[in-house]
Amino acid sequence: MLLELKDVTLLYGRIQALHGISLAVGEGEIVALIGANGAGKSTTMRAISGLRPVAQGTIHFNGEDITKLRADLRVVRGVSQSPEGRGIFPGMSVRENLEMGAYTRRNRAEINEDLDRVFTLFPRLKEREKQVGGTMSGGEQQMLAVGRALMSRPKLLLLDEPSMGLAPMLIQQIFDIVVEINQQGTTVLLVEQNAQQALSRAHRAYVLETGEIVKSGTGAELLTDPSVKDAYLGVA
Amino acid sequence: MTTEATSSPTPKTPLSAQEKKNAREDRGGVRGWYGRQSKPVRIVLGVVFAALAFLLPYVGEVPLIGPQIVTQGIDWPSALFNMSYYVLLALGLNVVVGFAGLLDLGYVGFFAVGAYTVALLASPDSVLRTEWGWLAAVPIGLTVAMISGLVLGYPTLRLRGDYLAIVTLGFAEIIRIVATSTETLRGDRGFSDIPHPPGEFSDGKPIFGVADAVPYYWLGLAVIILVIFGVRNLDNSRVGRSWLAIREDQEAAEIMGVRTIKYKLWAFAIGAFIGGLGGVMFAGQQGFMNSQTFILQFSILVLAGVVMGGSGNIAGAILGGALISYIPDRLRGIEDPIWGTDLFGFRFAIFGAVIIAIMIFRPQGLIPSRRRAMELKDREKEVAPIE
Repeated sequence: MLLELKDVTLLYGRIQALHGISLAVGEGEIVALIGANGAGKSTTMRAISGLRPVAQGTIHFNGEDITKLRADLRVVRGVSQSPEGRGIFPGMSVRENLEMGAYTRRNRAEINEDLDRVFTLFPRLKEREKQVGGTMSGGEQQMLAVGRALMSRPKLLLLDEPSMGLAPMLIQQIFDIVVEINQQGTTVLLVEQNAQQALSRAHRAYVLETGEIVKSGTGAELLTDPSVKDAYLGVA
Repeated sequence: MTTEATSSPTPKTPLSAQEKKNAREDRGGVRGWYGRQSKPVRIVLGVVFAALAFLLPYVGEVPLIGPQIVTQGIDWPSALFNMSYYVLLALGLNVVVGFAGLLDLGYVGFFAVGAYTVALLASPDSVLRTEWGWLAAVPIGLTVAMISGLVLGYPTLRLRGDYLAIVTLGFAEIIRIVATSTETLRGDRGFSDIPHPPGEFSDGKPIFGVADAVPYYWLGLAVIILVIFGVRNLDNSRVGRSWLAIREDQEAAEIMGVRTIKYKLWAFAIGAFIGGLGGVMFAGQQGFMNSQTFILQFSILVLAGVVMGGSGNIAGAILGGALISYIPDRLRGIEDPIWGTDLFGFRFAIFGAVIIAIMIFRPQGLIPSRRRAMELKDREKEVAPIE
């Protein structure tokens, strides 16, 4: 397994946000984490990327215990996160944002290769190369955040709500790109409220409720699971 | 100076030379015009500008405009020297506040540490009785100031925004109160006879005497120019990129692999170093200082200068720093038309009005950083969504 969380608990002050979560992501997979608002999806992401320290439990990445590893070193190991919402650098241009994504890397030729790759995945970003990040639309910013996360050439890409606030057509497009990124060899852990899209694209998925994993299975299984259907997929 | 555009196929810096050139030339107004000039022209313009700054003590000789500029209630070269250390402080605080985005309300603390270290080592009033020369005490003063920056920064830089501001405020007050109430630091009595910088004219008179402040101003200006080059290079380096990322979004910076605590400490240490530089210069010129020199107002004033001039922009910090010193000094010796008293007494009222006017009409500062202006807008959107 590329990523393994064992009994991870996490506290915000005295409030326990995660109650012993265990999950695993294998190399080459797309794994989705679905759940309602406040279920602990983003918190799980922050624990993996190192933005929040965990109280108990362990996180292993690529066979190494990274539970106590600093966030910046996790990037070097190959974990890259596209943060929730507007996590881009508003005063930097698209190009500068992407360069920031390659912060830990030195090989200019490889960085340029990845820039081309990101621009191929998101032609819109190429058009807007010199535009300042903060002036772009929500969808463009989301693309930029995903593109930027790819710039560290990660082994594991953490996507936190990539479809948030996007128009239905754009959602479709962003999920297509996620699948494409995965097919190019990057493992993806995806946090989503859009359960329909997430489950239909993911190999496997976990359902999170108030800081606990209540269900797991393949994307297809969960998509047809009656309780998941009721809670997250709506009747429509 | 920014690195010149080269045709090298694989630039080493994250931002290629060509892009920097573009960024430089894309700017509008005077700065855009300056950026479009060829490198030799830019160097000549820079030298001319520096030369004009060195000639400022004689600006009074210029017909018509000159007499309007020079101060009346205070000797003009002294006013210029005052401006020079305020500019230094503004440059240093700009690194902390403008580049790294850390709100520091206790910047005068580092100024005090630099000045007190020199006083302790060099003044005959000191318990140490070392009575070093000014120049010998300077490196120690700067080192101690820098270390104090690290010591303050290490435990406190985990805090953000307002919390950090309050802790730094506390730091400056602690320095002042300790200086007031410990016997070694001599409180209000202060230290006198702090030696001036060394050097003699050929006729044996000291260059840095009591009567003439011009040499001090020139020394200050020379130090400022060195600091500008240092700070510019830092800002254009990987360190500058890291500061920028931290300032814009600390969490995003962290998940890009920026070791945020390290670069924040760097900003604090460099800011403290430059603040200490202001302190040792101050001690060397004044010859006397006591704990009343380092009041809180001082920190606030320098911060106001940075924000007024244009936080995050070196030219803005220089202008702001110069203004906060110049405006009150210029008001000295002018009679107010109603009560017939010295306008200097109204300096804070006038000053406040100027600051309010600038914040209303130009909230991004007089010479804004394009990026900071953008970030400001972005934050406004977060506070009050317009869509």
